[in-house]
Amino acid sequence: MKKLLETNNLSKTYTQTQGFFSRIKTSIHALDNVSFSINEGTTMAVVGESGSGKSTLAKSLVRLVQLDQGSVTFDGNDLLNLEGESLKSVRKDIQMIFQDPYASLNPRLNILQIMEEPLVIHNLYNADKRQKKIEDFIKRVGLKVSDLKKYPHQFSGGQRQRIGIARALILEPKLVICDEPVSALDVSVQAQILKLLKDLQKEFGLTYLFITHDLRIVRHVADDVMVMRYGKLVEQGKTDIIFKKPKNQYTKDLIQSIPGLISTRN
Amino acid sequence: MKKNILKINKLSINTKVNNEIFLVDNISFSVEEGKTTCIVGESGSGKSLTALSIIRLLSPQLKMTGEILFNNNDICKMSDSEIRQKRGLDIAMIFQEPMTSLNPVLTIGYQIKEAIAVHSVLQKKEIENRVKELLLLVGIPVERVNSYPDELSGGQRQRVMIAMAMSCNPKLLIADEPTTALDVTVQAQILKLLDDLKNKLNMSMLFITHDFGVVEDIADDVIVMFKGKIVERGDVKQVLNKPKHPYTKALLGCVPDALGRKQLTPIDYVKLDKAIQRL
Repeated sequence: MKKLLETNNLSKTYTQTQGFFSRIKTSIHALDNVSFSINEGTTMAVVGESGSGKSTLAKSLVRLVQLDQGSVTFDGNDLLNLEGESLKSVRKDIQMIFQDPYASLNPRLNILQIMEEPLVIHNLYNADKRQKKIEDFIKRVGLKVSDLKKYPHQFSGGQRQRIGIARALILEPKLVICDEPVSALDVSVQAQILKLLKDLQKEFGLTYLFITHDLRIVRHVADDVMVMRYGKLVEQGKTDIIFKKPKNQYTKDLIQSIPGLISTRN
Repeated sequence: MKKNILKINKLSINTKVNNEIFLVDNISFSVEEGKTTCIVGESGSGKSLTALSIIRLLSPQLKMTGEILFNNNDICKMSDSEIRQKRGLDIAMIFQEPMTSLNPVLTIGYQIKEAIAVHSVLQKKEIENRVKELLLLVGIPVERVNSYPDELSGGQRQRVMIAMAMSCNPKLLIADEPTTALDVTVQAQILKLLDDLKNKLNMSMLFITHDFGVVEDIADDVIVMFKGKIVERGDVKQVLNKPKHPYTKALLGCVPDALGRKQLTPIDYVKLDKAIQRL
């Protein structure tokens, strides 16, 4: 199988000053020598608690965070040293789905404009083809063509997340980074979105980097898992193996904490 | 001997503007003394409104009808000062967001002290001792008594909220999604803490959640709500393993499990409506 993404020793340190005038600095290792790779067409889950560095990792892969050290090879390109046009064309291939469907859509644009924007930025297709493409994708995520005229506030959380997915996929990316895409949703809606993501993966041959803190979801979507804590990669491997035979103590604790597995009364 | 600490009879909540819209529609249930009853449902099912109505904290735009019997006293008929006596003393509540339910400019010690002072005539020294006792009870180091909420983690803040709720040894604790905003390992700790406290202080608990995993861990009895109505109730094992109502079955089909690779089946609302109509 072909490796789509390969990273080597990613590191990022945030420095904080204590108080406004203080000269004392503390540094936080958000990423500490993280190396991993994702095969094409598979799903890699990143698990960790808040502050473990999983979102910094996602942001660094779309170059929203400048890394201190490390290298990323994406589809044969040295991602961290790309600039200008070549960066733009690679950006098209890596899209992101965000956690909060309420905050990630511009309230002043209607759905048509929201979905058209990425196509305009990347200067793809002519007007007719764009319209057709948008209609295709909005139907594919389970909404109607008549919804295109509506604004984000007219949709529920689950529908907004579908719009976010359609916007990400309309560029036909190779890698989709999903940053907690279902943690703000009800279980019933969560199941719909997870199924949609799975179906789309099959249809378009997508590769997912799936960030979540819910291990039950990992078991459902991921082929491989990496467990992070304090910016370090503590364990990585095939999902089934990690769940059945976790080696690291922290991974064991995480699995122990899954609600429904422990019985507090025993 | 089975004794119900809370009994709700035909509770309905609707908006004052439109009497036709029932947010909670004619529900009746009871909470047994010393037990944990969980209300499960999706957002908009009316589970939080039910909880708020028990301590009469509903928005003034909403109207409730029915009976809420707490130790055989009807809460609906109480005057404002009477219910104020009950709140915190007999019935305490903890909320979902430990970040927003604490006052950011007061120390946690002060806030716990306030909760005690409202209902007791203890001397200053005694109150301070009680604060320390409570912090110990919920597992926060006593030195943190002068910390501000922003200096604590999410889990610690929820512990402070629990300490405040425990301050007068309430008979009933209402917990509205207390662990939803927390990390899984912290969630497991808080659930364990609540369960231990319940047993130690012989308290009853009404626990609101949307997570069936949490239900499995903490509940004795379960109530499933859907569109303002109770669609299923019973013992936790029975509801989770042998659900009767089509909605409960459909909802359980959406819950991912950590053991095997169960196929997730999203709810088919058309089918569900038909199944409910056939009942």
